[in-house]
Amino acid sequence: MPESVGQPRRHVDIPQGLWIRCVQCGAMIYRRILEEGLHVCPECDYHYRIDARTRIAQLNDPGTFEEFLPDLESSDPLQFTDRVGYRERLAKTKEETGDTEAIVVGKGFIKGRPVIMGAMNPFFIMGSMGAVVGEKVAAAAERAVNESLPLVMVTCSGGARMMEGMVSLAQMAKTAAAVAKLDESGGLYIVVMADPTTAGVAASFAFLGDVTLAEPGALIGFAGPRVIANTIKTTLPEGFQKAEFMLEHGFVDRIVHRRDLRSEIARIIDYCNK
Amino acid sequence: MSTYPNGTNVPPTASVTHVLEFEKPIAKMEHEIHRLDALQAESGRDYSEVIAGIRGQLHNALRQSYAKLTAWEKVLVARHPRRPLTRDYIRMITQDFCELHGDKSYSDDQAVVCGFARLAGHRVMLIGHQKGRETREKIEVNFGCAHPDGYRKALHKMQIAAKFKVPVVCLVDTPGAYPGVEAEERGIARAIAVNLMEMSRLPTPIVAVVIGEGGSGGALGIAVADQVAVMEHAYYSVISPEGCAAILWKSGEYAAQAAEALRLTPQELKRLDLIDAIIPEPLGAAHRDPEVAAKSVSEWIGATLRDLRRLKTETLLRRRYERIRKLGSAFTQPKPLDGKPARRRGRARTAPAAEER
Repeated sequence: MPESVGQPRRHVDIPQGLWIRCVQCGAMIYRRILEEGLHVCPECDYHYRIDARTRIAQLNDPGTFEEFLPDLESSDPLQFTDRVGYRERLAKTKEETGDTEAIVVGKGFIKGRPVIMGAMNPFFIMGSMGAVVGEKVAAAAERAVNESLPLVMVTCSGGARMMEGMVSLAQMAKTAAAVAKLDESGGLYIVVMADPTTAGVAASFAFLGDVTLAEPGALIGFAGPRVIANTIKTTLPEGFQKAEFMLEHGFVDRIVHRRDLRSEIARIIDYCNK
Repeated sequence: MSTYPNGTNVPPTASVTHVLEFEKPIAKMEHEIHRLDALQAESGRDYSEVIAGIRGQLHNALRQSYAKLTAWEKVLVARHPRRPLTRDYIRMITQDFCELHGDKSYSDDQAVVCGFARLAGHRVMLIGHQKGRETREKIEVNFGCAHPDGYRKALHKMQIAAKFKVPVVCLVDTPGAYPGVEAEERGIARAIAVNLMEMSRLPTPIVAVVIGEGGSGGALGIAVADQVAVMEHAYYSVISPEGCAAILWKSGEYAAQAAEALRLTPQELKRLDLIDAIIPEPLGAAHRDPEVAAKSVSEWIGATLRDLRRLKTETLLRRRYERIRKLGSAFTQPKPLDGKPARRRGRARTAPAAEER
């Protein structure tokens, strides 16, 4: 279920302007410094949320990424309407993000190593998974099997997309089944959990990696913190559901700073090379 | 588990307590029939004609209201306090139930019941959520909201079943997985994810029936199967209508609208090609006649397993993958809804990682 979680709501990117005040430490940062630092605050290491295409540009060798299924879009299976229609919501989000869906998948290279990669866009309806995201994840896993390549998924999502109802819940089964195929083929699956990785995405392809990396401070969990706080009627422990909490409880292999992701992924690929 | 106060294995009927708003006229007629029955027995006078008349009206009223239940009314019926639960079905449709406890890792989650059973002529491994009926049981089973231990327990038993080629039968009935601190600490997301993956390739037939509430990932965690059925007055949803209303309408009061919008009824799910069958319920839903409901569940499971068991494991698994792989694919299309393609951002808006190749 998409739900705003633990961070001020942001639009496509960090605010416009030459100088930006860090949302975590309040330091004034020169925009270009922030961008060159991969959208990590140079003062406090706060990892800003970034969209799928920025992520792909950061992780892949320049000019090597080739996208799959770029034009796949949702047909609004439920004809869903709440206060606004889902079609309008999709159109508006497309306009705002310049993207067609909450994930980009394709083939790229990380330090010369070919990979199949997916990166989610947290700004596209909270990075939620509907039929298109499920289809693209499954297709990416199948490509990884067919081309005998590692699959690298960068997850950031509020979960299943409720405007697609049970169609979106079914994508959890679909993506998990596709990952099972990759597993059976002996293929490597690396997950990078970015902020936030929750609910239906956490409980399907995100938590099925052979190796699970997480960015510092990323929110990772099943139920949203507010839902849990409402259920147990008490405040949550400090650091609850952060990447560091998940590491401590044994559900993440390594926490990796964004600047080290390329080298860490390359290193794991080399260790798993048969 | 003890039998009910009425001395049978069947929960007391709805006429006694728990009347849903739309059922009030129905309850009134049922009450009148009971009253006249009692009066007749006491006084020795013959009211049979009057009673027959009311029965006729009752039959029509039930037929009419249950034929046109709204999505929200379905949710209420699915949650009806007297609706049969997993352990009721175990009593009604299985013989020689051999309960198997524990996830062999941390605990024995009471929200998930597992065990060998004989069902419609098959040996099966039965897995089901148990929501609990009386207050004490509800607390013991955490209202059917499983922790990670429950999902690991279910998977562990399914793997035993697979080893001995025993088919798996899952009865789904949960508001959802438990949203709590311990559930997160013990990895509820991972537990569900692993079940989805392993059930997609478990080398034995799996059938799943949503008998009441199919609440989100907590339901799906034991509902990946070769064939999935939802009972006529059950529901299966990505999120509870209340939760959906709270997020999208900013108020839980819009739950009825959310229920409609979510298309969570079995009839809609079948139309969307997300489930394989709808299991019919007796007139006035399963809580009016649990035995009849149980009989249809048993018949569907029996017939479905008979077909699935004929398949070679390889064929079974190939078909299962194909079934899962196509879920929702029909709703993706390579062209935009609004006729104009999305404006593609020409450039990535950040510098690539400092090149260290």
